[in-house]
Amino acid sequence: MAFSAVALPYAKDALAPFISAETVEFHYEKHHKGYVAKLNDLTKDKPEAKLSLEELVKTAAPGPLFNNAAQAWNHNFYWLSMCPKTAAPPPEVAEAIKSNFGSMEEFKKKFSDAAIGHFGSGWCWLVQNPDKKLQIVAFHDADTPLKHGQKPLLTCDVWEHAYYIDYRNRRMEYVEKWWNLVNWQFVKENMQF
Amino acid sequence: YIMAFELPKLAYAYDALEPHIDARTMEIHYSKHHQAYATNLNNAIAGTDLEGKSIEYILQNCKDKPAVRNNGGGFWNHNLFWEIMGPNAGGTPTGELAQAINDAFGTFEHFKDEFAKAGTTRFGSGWAWLCVEGGKLVVCSTANQDNPIMGEGCK
Repeated sequence: MAFSAVALPYAKDALAPFISAETVEFHYEKHHKGYVAKLNDLTKDKPEAKLSLEELVKTAAPGPLFNNAAQAWNHNFYWLSMCPKTAAPPPEVAEAIKSNFGSMEEFKKKFSDAAIGHFGSGWCWLVQNPDKKLQIVAFHDADTPLKHGQKPLLTCDVWEHAYYIDYRNRRMEYVEKWWNLVNWQFVKENMQF
Repeated sequence: YIMAFELPKLAYAYDALEPHIDARTMEIHYSKHHQAYATNLNNAIAGTDLEGKSIEYILQNCKDKPAVRNNGGGFWNHNLFWEIMGPNAGGTPTGELAQAINDAFGTFEHFKDEFAKAGTTRFGSGWAWLCVEGGKLVVCSTANQDNPIMGEGCK
């Protein structure tokens, strides 16, 4: 059974005006599904095809297999990290953010700084470490918390393909607007309390 | 007074490379992306012993300084990029360059294939290069704003 991109939980225009329908169309249909197609090519008739996407990401050595598997997985997580309209985080999440970062405001500033300041292609993550503490990490290219023994909670794609259509070079504005889409319920589902 | 790095003027108008690269792309690429590298490079070396040095020296002495490496690389790489393009250009190389390409790659077409491969197989951001190394032509790619003069050569 081939790997596939997660079904979008919302219509392609549901993230507008923060992320346009055109961006979602290109990002999902071309980039995300492109990684999935390459992954299926690379794993065709191979034992790797029998693994779950997560197992494959965790075990693949650096190279095209890892790059495409991780990008397939990262993008699944990205679409799920968002919803058409953000809402107040569930109390347990708000509490964890407060105790790890001081306040929601400070967390957002630290996360934004990390996302905006990351050089080149990559992703910015909120992760939970084995000791249950929360951490903000930014990784290059396809690198992902699954490779670092960390539990992903939330991610923002800062490859240029994620924001260039809507914001051109203005990554700062993309990240600012992205907060309007954060799916805190999804964050809660990923967390251990 | 130490002179800061400034963008070289483009040798052609923003729309001169159309239809291959459109004017709006050129304008944003030059005046936003490339300009930001120059600005950030100047800020990164201000007050340090790299200030006042040539860009080549800076690029060979910045391994432990990510801001200098990233922005210095971005500054230098784009300088070269604008220079190697022009309107009424393209076609096939002649003379010694054509000979050197044939010596290294067999044919011009094969060189183009190798160069395209270097570009399309670079995962994430980066550059494809044609370099001279030890008197021979080689093709390679680098990640982000790294380049072959930083010390690793063309791999």
